Amino acid sequence: MGAAIEFRNVCFAIASGRLLLRDISLSLEEGTTTAILGRSGSGKSTLLRTVNRLIEPTSGEVRVRGTRANATDVIELRRGIGYVIQETGLFPHFTVERNVGLVLEAMGRPRAEREQRSRELLAMVGLDPYEFARRYSHQLSGGQRQRVGLARALAAEPGILLMDEPFGALDPLTRAEMQDMLRDLLARLRKTVLLVTHDLDEALYLGDRIVLLSEGAIVADMPPAEFLRSRQPEVENYVRAFHRGERSAAQEREA
Amino acid sequence: MSAFLGQYGGEIAELTVEHLWLTAAAMLFATLIAVPVGIWLTRSPRWARPVIGIANILETIPSLAMFGFLLPLPWLGERAARIAIVALTAYALLPILRNTFAGIRGIDPAIVEVARALGLTGTQRLFKVELPLAASFILAGLRTATVTCVGIATIAAAVGAGGLGELIFRGVASVDNRLVLAGAVPAALLALAADGLLGLAERWFKVPAQ
Repeated sequence: MGAAIEFRNVCFAIASGRLLLRDISLSLEEGTTTAILGRSGSGKSTLLRTVNRLIEPTSGEVRVRGTRANATDVIELRRGIGYVIQETGLFPHFTVERNVGLVLEAMGRPRAEREQRSRELLAMVGLDPYEFARRYSHQLSGGQRQRVGLARALAAEPGILLMDEPFGALDPLTRAEMQDMLRDLLARLRKTVLLVTHDLDEALYLGDRIVLLSEGAIVADMPPAEFLRSRQPEVENYVRAFHRGERSAAQEREA
Repeated sequence: MSAFLGQYGGEIAELTVEHLWLTAAAMLFATLIAVPVGIWLTRSPRWARPVIGIANILETIPSLAMFGFLLPLPWLGERAARIAIVALTAYALLPILRNTFAGIRGIDPAIVEVARALGLTGTQRLFKVELPLAASFILAGLRTATVTCVGIATIAAAVGAGGLGELIFRGVASVDNRLVLAGAVPAALLALAADGLLGLAERWFKVPAQ
């Protein structure tokens, strides 16, 4: 199976000369979910944004389905890639239905098709179209907004989905529901997903593979089960930072 | 009072219409200039300071002096109404320009980025996302400009452009306060009406926060 996304020696430097991405090489297989873990400022979002060319690498290249991303028309490229971000991504002046159908609208598809497709998609992400199609973003809860954001990203049937901390702003219970929904959906739709998160649990639950970034460089790249067992210091550190409450409560019980 | 209205009513109505026309024409031109320039400045922000600076300077020229400067110019100077419209347009530029620029720049960057990431073209982004989200802001600028210009338009009578200022100047010259009021009261009412109507439009386009 071919690579859906391939990073070849990607570097990205900001004007001051500081490197945000250091020689990243990574190949994502079609239909898999790769979770990019790392602390804030480690370059996770920057890496994700080179795929749909919101950022152009300073050197190296990004290939999407075998073609160099910067050799593809940027509008076409982006329409073929779903994009979901945390919280604020919905257009506040559009109804839910229009938000979901916006990519199709931009592509000039007829209204009837857009409406039908957005209703299908709303149902797919677990929102009743009759109840939600005409609402606005401010009339939705955080979880509902993320569902709409996901439906919008799927509208043009992209093969690739970029998700930048999609559930970062949600409470743990809603987040768990969203993760279940996404997992079911991905099992059915077989998208290539690049998921940026700082939540280890989310990476373990959704990822087929976990890539750990630190200061712009890949420090670990392994399947979830291996990640938990790894003796590599950076990985151990990251794993140890989670479930601390659990451990301290367990120690108290033993004492 | 009724005798006064009987004598001047027709003239007041006529001058009000004239006043309205001068202001409306100036607002139209100012919008046609300032909104596109404001949009361009959001694309080339390094020009924002100098361009808004020029609009700022225009705004500080005393209105009587502005009418005076324009008087000797060819073509413009031939008709008083042309002078008035050009001067009023110049005064209206700043608030519209500033609000167009600030309104678009003030949109949540995440929203604009999502519009790019979804594959909207530059034009689609402008018309489907940026302008609708900045509309109430731009209208607020238009509203400030209109209210200012309804006031300044009274001075246009000094160069013979007509409008309600004519009654005011005549009243001042003949020390007749009734004539001054006959010009000033409708002008004030016009300003209030413009303020109210554009305020409604502004609220209509207001986008609720998330």
